[in-house]
Amino acid sequence: MRMPLLALLAKEPAHGYELKTQLEQIFGEAYPAPNIGQIYVTLQRLERDGLVCSQDVVQTTRPNKRVYELTDAGREAVINWIDQPSEGPRVRDEFFMKLALSPHTGTSDRLGLINRQRRYYLAQLRSLSELAVAAERRIPRLLIEGAMLHLQADLDWLQRCQEEVV
Amino acid sequence: MTGAGQGAVLRAASLTKTFAGDSVAVTAVRGAALTLEHGEFAAITGPSGAGKSTLLHMLGGLERPTSGEIWLNGQRVDRMSQARWAVLRRRHIGFVFQFFNLVSNMTVADNVELAAIMGGASRKQARARREELLSELGLAEKAQSAPARLSGGEQQRVALARAMANRPLLLLADEPTGNLDSAATAAVLRLLCRVHADGQSILLVTHDLRVASAADRVISMFDGMVVDDAPMTPPSHPTLLPDVLKLRG
Repeated sequence: MRMPLLALLAKEPAHGYELKTQLEQIFGEAYPAPNIGQIYVTLQRLERDGLVCSQDVVQTTRPNKRVYELTDAGREAVINWIDQPSEGPRVRDEFFMKLALSPHTGTSDRLGLINRQRRYYLAQLRSLSELAVAAERRIPRLLIEGAMLHLQADLDWLQRCQEEVV
Repeated sequence: MTGAGQGAVLRAASLTKTFAGDSVAVTAVRGAALTLEHGEFAAITGPSGAGKSTLLHMLGGLERPTSGEIWLNGQRVDRMSQARWAVLRRRHIGFVFQFFNLVSNMTVADNVELAAIMGGASRKQARARREELLSELGLAEKAQSAPARLSGGEQQRVALARAMANRPLLLLADEPTGNLDSAATAAVLRLLCRVHADGQSILLVTHDLRVASAADRVISMFDGMVVDDAPMTPPSHPTLLPDVLKLRG
């Protein structure tokens, strides 16, 4: 939750409800947006940690709203997050978050993002291949092969991402 | 002569291939560049239609580039006649294809010896080379068999022996495991890694990323272009590997 909010704030300052709406627009059914209470709690924690700062904006016809803005430390944190390769395999995919949100952060081209992830998966695949050759017992080898098949599926899916969004 | 391409076994720059279609021209490769150092093993990967086989065929002289340059061991080859290319291939390049392409009415031994003789070896040298290769690839007892009596994996190992018969500067392989089951794929891959360990330069096209990850470098193609050229480095820290590794020991 923390990193997606920071990524959205990297584009421009926003208040909690705007962030919730943006999450819904970007992820749709893929990642149901958290409720507004969770978003406010997360924003308070981000502020406590020095990654965002906030100020009240006075509104005449409505209650005041609190607008959040990224600090330098917050910007650095989101850049690091976008640029790090992600763990796999899994269904809820952090790489997908990065792919969807990277245009908001202005830090990473999507082809570069896909290429870095592909290199990371290929390196894992190679390590697993070497381990599979060394593995003599059937059950560990099967598990290693299972992990390799997950990685192959992840790599196929990266190819689809490339076809669709680059 | 310029110094371009010196030092590397293969260098290609700005390679483009356009095929004339019925109504529109189709560009299969657009501005591809790559360098392969002596003793290096690189894999070209990408989805079907990405242009990877066309690129390999141009690099092996089977397809003439529309534009661009190819240097083999420091010699510019892209403008050579077909006849000169054929001589160059016989002497200095080994080819492995998806469908083996063995001569069906010759024995396994003769398939390998013929390639050695066409590469410039005497009959005696060819026979010695064939015996050495077939025993190294675990096929010595199949020497007098017809290719059709062998399994797909065995046929591909014969094709690898044939490709190595002329001690090629460069081994080119086009989807060498594309028609094999996973056990035969693993066997062919082990052999490729072994000849690479002996110093063989290899450029391999594959859509199988498990095969690609065995190379020193993985070149990714998409829509006729090289989109990534990545050295294969193991994850820098063991904790980056998946949890499955924790089961070891």
